[in-house]
Amino acid sequence: MTRLPRWADLVLVPLISLLLAGVISALVILAIGQSPWEALRTMVVGALGSPYAWGYTLYYATSFMFTGLAVTVAFHASLFNIGGEGQATLGGLGVALVCLSFPWPHWTLALPAAMVGAALFGAAWAAIPAWLQARRGSHIVITTIMFNYIAAALIIYLLVSVLKPAGQMDPATARFPEGAHLPQLNEIPLVNLIFDKQVPANVTLFIALIACWLVWVLLWRTRLGYEIRAFGRSEPAALYAGISPFRVTMLAMLISGALAGLMSINNVMGESERLLQNSTEGAGFIGIAVALMGRNHPFGVFLAALLFGFLFQGGAELGLWTTIPIELRTVVQGLVILFTGALDYMVRMMLVPFFRARKLEAA
Amino acid sequence: MGRRDTAAPLDVPPAIELRGISKAFGTVQANKDISIRVMPGTIHGIIGENGAGKSTLMSILYGFYRADSGEIFINGKKTEIHDSQDAIRAGIGMVFQHFKLVPNFTVLENIVLGAEDGALLRPSLAKARRVLDELAREYELEVDPDAVVEDLSVGHQQRVEILKALYRHADILILDEPTGVLTPAEADHLFRILKNLKEQGKTIILITHKLREIMEVTDTVSVMRRGEMTATVRTAETSPEQLAELMVGRKVLLNVPKAPASPGATVLEVEDLRVTDADGVERLKGISFQIRAGEILGIAGVAGNGQSELLAVLGGIMKGQGRVRLNGEELDLTGRHSDGQSRRARGIAHVPEDRQRLGMILDFTAWENVAFGYHHDPAYQKNRWLMDNDAILRDTMGKMERFDVRPPIPTLQAKNFSGGNQQKIILAREIERNPDLLLVGQPTRGVDIGAIEFIHKRIVELRDAGKAVLLVSVELDEIMSLSDRIAVMFDGRIMGERLPEQTDERELGLLMAGVANGKGDAR
Repeated sequence: MTRLPRWADLVLVPLISLLLAGVISALVILAIGQSPWEALRTMVVGALGSPYAWGYTLYYATSFMFTGLAVTVAFHASLFNIGGEGQATLGGLGVALVCLSFPWPHWTLALPAAMVGAALFGAAWAAIPAWLQARRGSHIVITTIMFNYIAAALIIYLLVSVLKPAGQMDPATARFPEGAHLPQLNEIPLVNLIFDKQVPANVTLFIALIACWLVWVLLWRTRLGYEIRAFGRSEPAALYAGISPFRVTMLAMLISGALAGLMSINNVMGESERLLQNSTEGAGFIGIAVALMGRNHPFGVFLAALLFGFLFQGGAELGLWTTIPIELRTVVQGLVILFTGALDYMVRMMLVPFFRARKLEAA
Repeated sequence: MGRRDTAAPLDVPPAIELRGISKAFGTVQANKDISIRVMPGTIHGIIGENGAGKSTLMSILYGFYRADSGEIFINGKKTEIHDSQDAIRAGIGMVFQHFKLVPNFTVLENIVLGAEDGALLRPSLAKARRVLDELAREYELEVDPDAVVEDLSVGHQQRVEILKALYRHADILILDEPTGVLTPAEADHLFRILKNLKEQGKTIILITHKLREIMEVTDTVSVMRRGEMTATVRTAETSPEQLAELMVGRKVLLNVPKAPASPGATVLEVEDLRVTDADGVERLKGISFQIRAGEILGIAGVAGNGQSELLAVLGGIMKGQGRVRLNGEELDLTGRHSDGQSRRARGIAHVPEDRQRLGMILDFTAWENVAFGYHHDPAYQKNRWLMDNDAILRDTMGKMERFDVRPPIPTLQAKNFSGGNQQKIILAREIERNPDLLLVGQPTRGVDIGAIEFIHKRIVELRDAGKAVLLVSVELDEIMSLSDRIAVMFDGRIMGERLPEQTDERELGLLMAGVANGKGDAR
């Protein structure tokens, strides 16, 4: 009846949503007396126009892939984990502790250890809301939001009072040892033929791609994924099938928290190489939009992360090269989220009569 | 009954006349050139299997869908019905299978809702109270106008729906499967109300799949099959067997023949079983019974008297107290081994009452549902980590063939199968595990007649293979025809056990109403 063909559902609807977001963004830019065309050109050139630009876009996209996957895994268990921000923050702490605790001789040793640290800290931060949800019924949305604030406060305290080296002014840890430096794209043989200037995107990008694939395997090829999806669709049915709600809630949230925590490999270890305040730059929240737009499918998350990487980098370029304020980036992101997420149904409804008419003609 | 009304004078136009109604959804022709005439002051039944197009036809009449072609005449006048407001203006009222009431409003507020006379509520409520009073006296439709709807029994909620329609001056009432949720006594009362309404000149269209109801209250009946109207007959001139054949398109056995049971060793022993739900209400108040191998124990009772909890605790969904032994070994009712997985490991299979909510995941494909509950089965694993989706797919294709699931497409989502085919998928999954004990709740609720016959056969086959079956059903016909012994539940207790050949619906009905010896007067 009101069902769209699969291709329209997966490709056409998001594209139209994006177009609408773009049109409204253009109107907003017009309204503040700037040229939308100029803005679009600046964004495209600044985010996609050169390998150097791509180096930034991919860097942001890497972070968004992790946080988007984190939201996706929890979402399939019908848990709305909006604590990616806090879990990523704590993941950063895990990375910093691992990197600073040992004079790492080479990044290939430091990376796995740091990943374990990031995942463990992220998962631990998700574990408490998960337990509260599974055992006490405290709503995961409320608890994960609160844990974002606790994480932010905790990190500030630790940076100011514990981790800051003596004599340093800014609240940050010491620089990580040289041996914990992750190769950036311009430092990897062959890849550096394309990326000839120094870019923040680093080997974490490949880990993110592998993570996309692993999450797909987890959700659609393993028993745990099966149980997560079954539980997410119907808790009474899961009980009937002998699936333990406690176990699934805990595992889904632990995996989700670990994925969010892993994001900090990209920004803390791969880019800033020390733990700063607000290191996540809101990537935890953008992960929600990425998952939403990516239809909670790892491949969709990959594409949506690229899009948001483009918006993030392109938006920064706006602030740099035009008189359009950088805050407009937030407006554009907001519109993209609004249209691809919240108003998705509206676009769908607009398309239904069209496809119905086509079907009648064909019949 | 109703002779006077069916023989309406020829010059009176039909209350409803549909001419050549067609409606297609995509490539599916839901209604094909349907014409029907319903005379005023009659009860007209429409029967047909699920997906035959009954609901589509009524939705067109009530303005939810627009017909692709065809015309509607109300009282002889051509009428365009674009939405339910048009339908109400034309004097059509609809009582849905799932009530559309606001649970925390009073009866009066629900009745006025959407039909207020002005901005202020008070005059409308006062008027409604008066009208309600008249209607109640006229049609035996007593409901306390100040009761909150969620506190009312299902039967009373249905009366509120009928009153809602009458308050909006409906002369034509459409009832969609009205007895699905009612007790036999409530259903009888409903039929009395319908007859009263008919006597007062109202026209009633009754959509149902229960042949007995058609025979009992209708004057004329139309049979639909695959979107077409296959016959319209006078009820007095037909029989259940003929109607069933018209519905399905072939001869149907309304009662599956079965040989006398030859029960073996005791499989299930339940002793003083108690269950308390999450709200602290005791749902099972100490029940005891046994089932032997090769025997079907039918649990009769009005829905909500503890049958669901009995299935839930035996199936590992709820915890309970008491003693339950399976093949002589104690079952864990509270601890680590009281979950559904442990039950399956012990040889208990469970076809739950609410198949769409419990028995399957509607968004999952058929093959994913075939693994549901058995997703730990080694045959379904590729290795330690990965499930063998291809193996499940192959298994599903075999099951679909053996259980005649249509369409036999394992990758189709469960929600796209009809109720009967969903049930066949679940039944295939559970029965082919060759369980020692099969728990089966409402096996044929919302299932087509053709599929009912099939499902009943499979259950009897399992019994004949020497398995124990616990059958819970609110359909007395089903209990009577399948069970080797019948236990009647009321208020969390077993009121008594009977042998089907030594009891009748009246006695069981009394037990279901809580009359201890089943011999007393119901009122």
